Amino acid sequence: MLGRNAANLFWLSRLMERAENMARLLDVGYRMSLTAGLAGAGDHLGSMLKAAAVDTAFASRHEETSFSNVAHFMLFDRENPSSIYNCLEQARTNARAVRTAMTQDMWSSLNDTWLEYARTHPNTITANRLPAFLGWIKKSAHEFRGALLSTHLRNDGYCFAQLGNFIERGENTARILDVKYYVLLPRSELVGSDVDIHQWAMILRAASAHRSYRHVYHDRYRAFNIAEFLILKREMPRSLSFCYDWIASTMVQLTAFYGRREACHDECDQMGQDLFTQSMEDIFRLGLHEFLSEYIARNNALSSAIAESYNFH
Amino acid sequence: MGDNGYFDEMTEADGSVRQPYQIVSQWLNSQPSRSLKELARDAEIIFRRLGITFAVYGDQDADERLIPFDVIPRIISGDEWRRLERGIIQRVRALSAFLNDIYNRQEIVRAGRLPKRLVVNNNAYCPQMMGFTPPRGIYSHIIGIDIVRTGPDQFFVLEDNVRTPSGVSYMLENREAMLHLAPDLFAQLRVRPVEDYPEQLRQTLQSVAPPNLDGAPKIAVLTPGIHNSAYFEHSFLADQMGVELCEGQDLYVDDGCAYMRTTLGAERVDVIYRRVGDDHLDPLTFIPDSLLGVPGIFDAYRAGNVTIVNAPGTGIADDKAVYNYVPEFIEFYLGERPLLSNVPTYDCANEDECAYVLEHLEELVVKEVHGAGGYGMMVGPTSTKKERGEFAKRIKARPSNYIVQPTLSLSTCPTFVKSGIAPRHVDLRPFVLMGEQIRITPGGLTRVALKQGSLVVNSSQGGGTKDTWVLED
Repeated sequence: MLGRNAANLFWLSRLMERAENMARLLDVGYRMSLTAGLAGAGDHLGSMLKAAAVDTAFASRHEETSFSNVAHFMLFDRENPSSIYNCLEQARTNARAVRTAMTQDMWSSLNDTWLEYARTHPNTITANRLPAFLGWIKKSAHEFRGALLSTHLRNDGYCFAQLGNFIERGENTARILDVKYYVLLPRSELVGSDVDIHQWAMILRAASAHRSYRHVYHDRYRAFNIAEFLILKREMPRSLSFCYDWIASTMVQLTAFYGRREACHDECDQMGQDLFTQSMEDIFRLGLHEFLSEYIARNNALSSAIAESYNFH
Repeated sequence: MGDNGYFDEMTEADGSVRQPYQIVSQWLNSQPSRSLKELARDAEIIFRRLGITFAVYGDQDADERLIPFDVIPRIISGDEWRRLERGIIQRVRALSAFLNDIYNRQEIVRAGRLPKRLVVNNNAYCPQMMGFTPPRGIYSHIIGIDIVRTGPDQFFVLEDNVRTPSGVSYMLENREAMLHLAPDLFAQLRVRPVEDYPEQLRQTLQSVAPPNLDGAPKIAVLTPGIHNSAYFEHSFLADQMGVELCEGQDLYVDDGCAYMRTTLGAERVDVIYRRVGDDHLDPLTFIPDSLLGVPGIFDAYRAGNVTIVNAPGTGIADDKAVYNYVPEFIEFYLGERPLLSNVPTYDCANEDECAYVLEHLEELVVKEVHGAGGYGMMVGPTSTKKERGEFAKRIKARPSNYIVQPTLSLSTCPTFVKSGIAPRHVDLRPFVLMGEQIRITPGGLTRVALKQGSLVVNSSQGGGTKDTWVLED
């Protein structure tokens, strides 16, 4: 397929995943704002912006980190490259450019979502309507993914869409963990204050993991478990390890489809070797923050290597 | 004649229904107007979801405006169609012979049957094509002939489109939509299918690939990109044919051959169905700063390593000033009498004709020679005094820049508008493919002027489309 089409599929899938993550982060921010009286809740919005990697962009647009400013910025601001508006618009623009490389169901899902979103006036999304609106965004992203999974040929295009999806998801989970890594360090286990529990809950929610956590650990929130759950648990669909597994197996499919390996496959294997052969204890010993930074850097490098190997342009 | 003085394709002046429309008329009578309204709404939803859009130049917010679709089909009887078909095939054969001649020996000019100035001073003439004959000697493979009707047996060719005619995706999607919207009507009428078109287009493109290829030729559609008004059509056709849709940046020329940039590196391309204009095709040969084309592609073409469809320079055959001579081409190249008439056309470069034109502007239609899409034209009977003054000035300043025709009484078809079912003026663009054989899709694109009384059917001027049904009888 054309390198440009591969790039478009990679990015449109990545942007749909990003839109979903933005909605999830904003949902957490919304919950925090409802309990704003609680100590420490105030800077949650700030960390949320940081986790979304839009904190500097936000600071240049707004002085006050109020919930309504943040919500507008994340949902509709065209100056925010990762606003849901921009993600959906860009995803659809990419989709228009690859109409020949995606299925009718994928296109309809994306197109309907964008048309509906573009029609939504920011003023109509009041605090009361926000949860339902965010729920709709998540549902739309799931519908798109469902269309990809159930209608797309298992060919190279499918692989590029999967790669974009999981590179974005892994990065997002790593960022959420990284802005709050200090509350997960072993010493804070000793503290275990209300504030900590609140912070832990936020991390889990931001990864849609607050319910599944209990199914896996049958225990109260503990920093060590939370970190393990989101980093190494292979059954957790937003954990770093899960995302890496998808990427790695997709890379294998791609090799099989094309009948040859490219430089990015070595990059991918090396990443698995270096990061996912450690235990959680090893990771804490070497430094949680260091591990997460390394993951983010490697994930980005892999993304570039794929673009390079497959002539994205 | 309908009661408004125009020929209506469904209803005679005495109120009786013309034969081809019997069943449609019954169908319309049995529909409560509410249900037509619902059909119209359903149609809009179908088109919006398909992503069919048409950008209108000069209107920034309308980047993705839908062309209005009318749910009442236009009916053409088998007999009417057979007549049209013969006339159209004759015409494209003559146009093809003309192109072959004009880029080789120019016999028609030598014979004094076509003024030389219309060729050499013409912007659409492409001197770089001289002495080069494309595969099978075919220059224009994809053609649209615009036809208007003024009476039961009066058909005229309004315009030939031999460069990169668009609209075929609307023909196909309109049919798709009608199959959803009015299955009961299809059950009662035998409508000739159009959905073969993409496959025929693919075969046509294959048949003009450079000779002596190993294996099946690799085909690509070249689009200027998603901001082009016809982008939907480009992507639709590529998709329906199962070939790559490329932008200029996806293609390059190396050592005289054309390649596309794929995930696995370079892949050879044999036939390019290009939807970028001549001027933008190759910055090394045409406009140097254009980014839409492929540097070096023209040389690769002339070396016979890739076929460009349609060939550069075909515009010389559909130029509005050359149009007047097409009946002449039919006689000169084919030795036949034209089966379809031209619309009588005044040439303002001729002093007598120009004087007549200036006297009678109120009755005439003025078109810029190089204009298209309904821009730069004036319809006399609906013009204001100020507009006529304006056009008179322009004609006097540059007479050869304008052609002038009588205002034709275009036929009307029943159309569903706000006030209900009403007659609206229509034209017809049938599509022709020319490869190892000439194929013409039964039907084509009917454009309809939705404004009451309007004779301008262009979508950029508020026109809509209808599905066109050729009956098997």
